Amino acid sequence: MFELSSNMLYVAFGLYLASTVFFAVSITGRKFKNRSGEEKNKSALLGYLSAILALCASIAYFVLRWIAVGYAPVSNMFEYTTALGIAMALAFVIIYPIYHNRYLGFVTMPIVMLIIAYASMFPGEAQPLIPALQTNWLFIHVITTAIGQGILAIGFAAGVLYLIRSIDFSKASKKVKAIEFIMFGLLATVAYIAIGTGFGAADYTAEFSYVNEFGDESTIEYYLPPIVGPNEGELISEQGFSPVVNLPDYLRSDDVNTLLWSFLGGIVLYGGLRAGFRKPVAGTIQPLVSRVNLQTVDEISYRAIAIGFPIFTLGGLIFAMIWAQIAWTRFWGWDPKEVWALITFLFYAAYLHLRLSRGWHGEKSAWLCVIGFALIMFNLIFVNLVIAGLHSYA
Amino acid sequence: MNKVTCECGHENPYGTYLCESCGKPLQDEGRLANMRYEGVARRSQTYKRSPVDKVWNFFSSVKVGIWIIVLLLVTSSIGTLFPQEMYIPPGESPTEYYAAEYGLAGQLYYDLGFHNLYSSWWYMLLVAALGISLVIASLDRFVPLYRALKKQRVTRHTAFMKKQRLYGEKESGEVDIDQLKTALIKRRYKVREENGNLLAEKGRFARWGPYVNHVGLIIFLIGGMLRFFPGMYLDDYVWIRDGETEVISGTDGEYFVENNQFVVEFYDEEENDILQPALMRADAPVVSNFQTSASLYKRSSEGSIGSGTELEHVKDHEIIVNDPLTFEGISLYQTDYKMNELSSFTFGVETDAEGETEALEDVVFTVDLNDPQMFYEFDNGYQIEIIEYFPNFYVNDAGEPTTENRVPDNPRIIFELFPPEADPETDQGEISLIGIQVNEELNGENDHTIRMLDADMVNVTGLVIRRDHTLPIIMVGGAIFMVGLVQGSYWHHRRIWIQQKDGKLFVAGHANKNWHALKKDLEYLNDYSDLPEIKDQLEEDKAAETEEGGTSSHVRAQQ
Ligand code: HEM
Repeated sequence: MFELSSNMLYVAFGLYLASTVFFAVSITGRKFKNRSGEEKNKSALLGYLSAILALCASIAYFVLRWIAVGYAPVSNMFEYTTALGIAMALAFVIIYPIYHNRYLGFVTMPIVMLIIAYASMFPGEAQPLIPALQTNWLFIHVITTAIGQGILAIGFAAGVLYLIRSIDFSKASKKVKAIEFIMFGLLATVAYIAIGTGFGAADYTAEFSYVNEFGDESTIEYYLPPIVGPNEGELISEQGFSPVVNLPDYLRSDDVNTLLWSFLGGIVLYGGLRAGFRKPVAGTIQPLVSRVNLQTVDEISYRAIAIGFPIFTLGGLIFAMIWAQIAWTRFWGWDPKEVWALITFLFYAAYLHLRLSRGWHGEKSAWLCVIGFALIMFNLIFVNLVIAGLHSYA
Repeated sequence: MNKVTCECGHENPYGTYLCESCGKPLQDEGRLANMRYEGVARRSQTYKRSPVDKVWNFFSSVKVGIWIIVLLLVTSSIGTLFPQEMYIPPGESPTEYYAAEYGLAGQLYYDLGFHNLYSSWWYMLLVAALGISLVIASLDRFVPLYRALKKQRVTRHTAFMKKQRLYGEKESGEVDIDQLKTALIKRRYKVREENGNLLAEKGRFARWGPYVNHVGLIIFLIGGMLRFFPGMYLDDYVWIRDGETEVISGTDGEYFVENNQFVVEFYDEEENDILQPALMRADAPVVSNFQTSASLYKRSSEGSIGSGTELEHVKDHEIIVNDPLTFEGISLYQTDYKMNELSSFTFGVETDAEGETEALEDVVFTVDLNDPQMFYEFDNGYQIEIIEYFPNFYVNDAGEPTTENRVPDNPRIIFELFPPEADPETDQGEISLIGIQVNEELNGENDHTIRMLDADMVNVTGLVIRRDHTLPIIMVGGAIFMVGLVQGSYWHHRRIWIQQKDGKLFVAGHANKNWHALKKDLEYLNDYSDLPEIKDQLEEDKAAETEEGGTSSHVRAQQ
């Protein structure tokens, strides 16, 4: 069952890839079927069908894993991040029929793939649940939150689409820098996944003995070749080599090392693309999306936020409070994770008011969608892994 | 101030820019009408003089509201930089902790009060400002908007029609108004007709969504503030040993809870194939469950005063982490536990006659560490007295032995032993200090040694006692908020005006959001009747802009 569930996720991943390819063909191969209208475009339809199939396979993964492990599979980084990717696909499958916008598929599907691939970098084994998590509120709260965030992420996809289409790449500007920074972030994530998967497949490990932050002798295992080593690190495994520098004890050297690899990988990918096309990376994509109707994309991003915001609020705040009241005796405790959910909520509330009353449409609105998604990711990655609290998965 | 009379005869309040009745623009402002609040006169836009007006206008401004939200957002995030005071390890002094742990930044964090951010006066002030802003901004808009939507007439001024974002006109050909009406009703529009003109409206109630959600928020905030009033909120803690009964605080000594048994269970590697890898990787056994099998008792009302406490059994409950024992608004939560706390020591006595130790079979006694009996007398004449008992022994700064608390974590007992021949009244007995792995003779060589034979241990459950009278208010607020949020987000207010005048046919449409759906509705109408081509005048504007390369917006929604 567990095995089957994992295989379904591979199938889903393949189908998301297929969907991406179909949507890409549907916008680049347009010349052949001009004048037939968007709906008649076969590859867009195939892209959508692949997305539906991929979603089915993802849900099969989810349900099978649930049955296999006996609890809703949303209780560690791998499971939650995967669920977020699936939720984004779900949101896309729901929103696509309203607007029939194949560009949205072209942007959304790769992001879904990236999220799911990123999830697979965390240990995928089943986790014993601590008592606080043994309740139906676990899935009610987490799944609702994930769906809300998934829909908000569509707002991000539409926002990025808007920016790529509308920014003037012919001259350097702050906007170009900002969008290129997003591109770099995405490419660094790709690099991280590629490098991690590569060394993981090769079973690479290097072990160090080192002195930890409490001044005690300890050992640490690296899964990537050590560019930087731990405090007073001493290589004790056969594999590996001496790092360029050893870090002070208050830094988690293996995490910094991973970050460095991702950064370097990102630079190689980004630099390669930039040198190859002699243009900003987003500027290279721009001609592909030149037919995008800005007004429509702006409306899609706004609707995604308007639909996602109540669901996120329900799952991330209301259900969260009910559960916290039952499990931790108080509905609100200013735990970092709670505060960051509140910050996300306040941010999107500010977005809605800015849009509604200050007329922040179009580009400004698109930037806000990007920041909102950055907050969600920050909450997922940074708050979970770095700022420890009751909710921490680390 | 003067009313403004429109050419249709309607008297509008001062400051109105679209006649409440026919919609004729009373003030000129751009190509598209500002439909945000139907062009009504809002108090904040009209009165600007007195101090009350100034305060009102300040808080009714959405710009100010957004600033408050952003300030809350930013300060809240700073509060997560380092742990809040309540989350630093117990026993640590915050004065030293932040500096020691996080250096200069930590010191600054502490000095600026960020370690208690969420209960600081200025954070509270921000929350209060949010509440005030919510109330004033909502009132400022809701009242006139409600009036305008109620008063709107079917027949609109041509200028009003022309200034709508979706607009089309043509020479009036064959239009079957009745057919259009049927088509609109089929799409669940509410249709009103007047002299061959139509007003079709759908989802007006969505317009109230924001106000409903703001009301919910205000109720929620009030609920949150009430917590600081005495009696609204009880938060206490009780430790109960297996088999013991404790009074529940906050009930005036009326309720008691008994811990029948506390158990902890662990995940079993052998039994859980799927969890095996994770369990093997963990350093320590992983707790799968801990629970208190509890009984709730109430002081019997019949028991006459002085007859001692008669306890009446109310109910039994297995308290686990996600399932508290609840009665009369009070909940007992499983939050903590302590395994194997010492509960009693059993001692025996040995004599050291001529270098040979011999145990005195008859002198064996048990000391209850939580409520020790102070004097023990035996048939063979031995007497033992406890002179001093330190449940949690330590030597204080003055060098004196004392106890940290009443929990027997490190018990030490000072015994005085009297052999049968000694008289406790007059003689000095043999004094010794005994604890775990400690046995000291305090007044010279003793002839007897008190030996610890056995130690009994007990499990202790830690329960949080919680009563929160603000919960119902908070829940009502939260529910109203959600209802309003859904009402305003998942429904949209759409209107379509169809008018015939001077041999022309005019069609205009307005949606408060989701223009896409309104356009679809108009397309659908076109299948029924030959309507003029409907243009999205905003899109035209945008297109014109891009050609000119400009970025200025024609419709600057006014706040
Ligand atoms: C965290 C607090 C707040 C939340 C969650 C909130 C939520 C909302 C939501 C969901 C809407 C509807 C937006 C839409 O339909 O796109 C709205 C509208 C609005 N809010 Fe708030 N709001 C908050 C604070 C405030 C504050 C402080 C003000 C005061 C200036 C304010 C003034 C308004 C106004 C004027 C509207 C538009 C009403 C209309 O369309 O007629 N809100 N709010």
